[in-house]
Amino acid sequence: MGAGHGHRLHYHGHSPLHRAPAHLKLLALLGFMLVVVATPDDWFAAFGAYLLVLLGVVALSQVPPTYLLKRMVVEVPFVVFALVLPFVAYGEQVEVLGVSLSRPGLLAAFGILATATLGVLASLTLAATTEPQALLAGLQRLRVPSLMVQIMAFMVRYLDVVTSEMQRMRVARESRGFRARDPRQWPVIARSTGALFIRSYERGERVHLAMLSRGYTGTMPEQGGH
Amino acid sequence: MGVEQPPVLDVRGLAYAYPDGHQALYGVDLQVHRGERVALLGPNGAGKTTLVLHLNGIHTAGVGSVSVSGLEVGDKDALQEVRRRVGIVFQDPDDQLFMGSVRADVAFGPHNLGLRGAALEARVTAALEQVGMAAYADRPPHHLSFGQRRRVAVATVLAMEPEVLVLDEPSSNLDPASRRELADVLRSLDVTVLMVTHDLPYALELCPRSVVLSDGRVVADGATYDVLTDDALMRAHRLELPFGFDPRTVGPPPAAGPRAPRGGHGAGPGVDSVTS
Repeated sequence: MGAGHGHRLHYHGHSPLHRAPAHLKLLALLGFMLVVVATPDDWFAAFGAYLLVLLGVVALSQVPPTYLLKRMVVEVPFVVFALVLPFVAYGEQVEVLGVSLSRPGLLAAFGILATATLGVLASLTLAATTEPQALLAGLQRLRVPSLMVQIMAFMVRYLDVVTSEMQRMRVARESRGFRARDPRQWPVIARSTGALFIRSYERGERVHLAMLSRGYTGTMPEQGGH
Repeated sequence: MGVEQPPVLDVRGLAYAYPDGHQALYGVDLQVHRGERVALLGPNGAGKTTLVLHLNGIHTAGVGSVSVSGLEVGDKDALQEVRRRVGIVFQDPDDQLFMGSVRADVAFGPHNLGLRGAALEARVTAALEQVGMAAYADRPPHHLSFGQRRRVAVATVLAMEPEVLVLDEPSSNLDPASRRELADVLRSLDVTVLMVTHDLPYALELCPRSVVLSDGRVVADGATYDVLTDDALMRAHRLELPFGFDPRTVGPPPAAGPRAPRGGHGAGPGVDSVTS
């Protein structure tokens, strides 16, 4: 928690992928991911082919590969889980470098790693080539329920506000000599996280008041894009 | 005089207690007439924000009544019209600006009033021009400076063409240049203003009349200069002038032409001290 890295996913550019309509890109991502998830874990060649297709799309988008690689750290929890799996899973055992591993575990780990990597890379490519506002407009065009689009729109709008609030709380903590170095200090972090939740909740109430004050009755205007 | 117009804001005997039992207002009377600019002063916890939230029906009166240009607040059918007539600019612009672009945000209010297409676009442009922010229409609000966001927040309300603009702490957190720019904007508007503020020099500069709210009661109502120079009153209600600022050396602001006197009650200078 508390690291302010990479809050900008969008990479400014003018590639064909940047210009493509957001709803088509969303559908393409969804279709691609359905195919990837439906592929049996032991069709290794198929996963290789998916990766090639995806890398081709990335090349087309002219987003620098390092830009995407750096943001792929979100995948780390899946990688950890996948690495643990061969040790804890049951079934037929195989010897790898003198360590006994579960064969189904290994296969499942490969499946998780492959789908997660493809999914994260594909999503990052979408985020890098599409402005959040355009994405929301695309969702609206795809007839996603407007309540969900509204919730996402508010998330996009207030992500920066909440992040900077979190940052300020961290600075204020550390200015008073606090350093989260060992688990005994975690309760402090938990309490400030709680405070952040409450503040965000209260802000939500104030935003709602401000909306009511301008005649909000439950429907939002179309997300116009720009 | 022709037909007597009802006051833009008419608050009578308003009392209110929060659901937890804490009573915030004890019988408030306040009339604001067309074209006036009135400052609402008072220490923290005096009930100023509670009063403001009654003006457009977010809170409904426990006892007493609130009406806006003759329209009763609290009447469910009239709520939308009340909210058009009373435009509230909240203290934190991040609470008020929630759409993806300045244009979309300013359009939110008029859109709720049923405006569409070219008429909506015209409203948005006009409101942004009034606050000098037309060039920023396509920017996301969170990329603007704080002072610019405050001015856009004013525009979001102006776009609804309100009869009275209610500002909650308009000068708070502004740097001196932004504070002055906002004052220029407020002075240029042809609209009734009620301004909640702790910034007493700002009140003196912008508002010929001040009302002091303390412990849920109106304790003074008069010319801002007279209120600020009434030492006993100021001390009694935790109001203090900032260091180095003395209205007596600044002098009363030049009478603002037709805006100056209040229509109706209590003519002449001097503070009507309402001690009860």
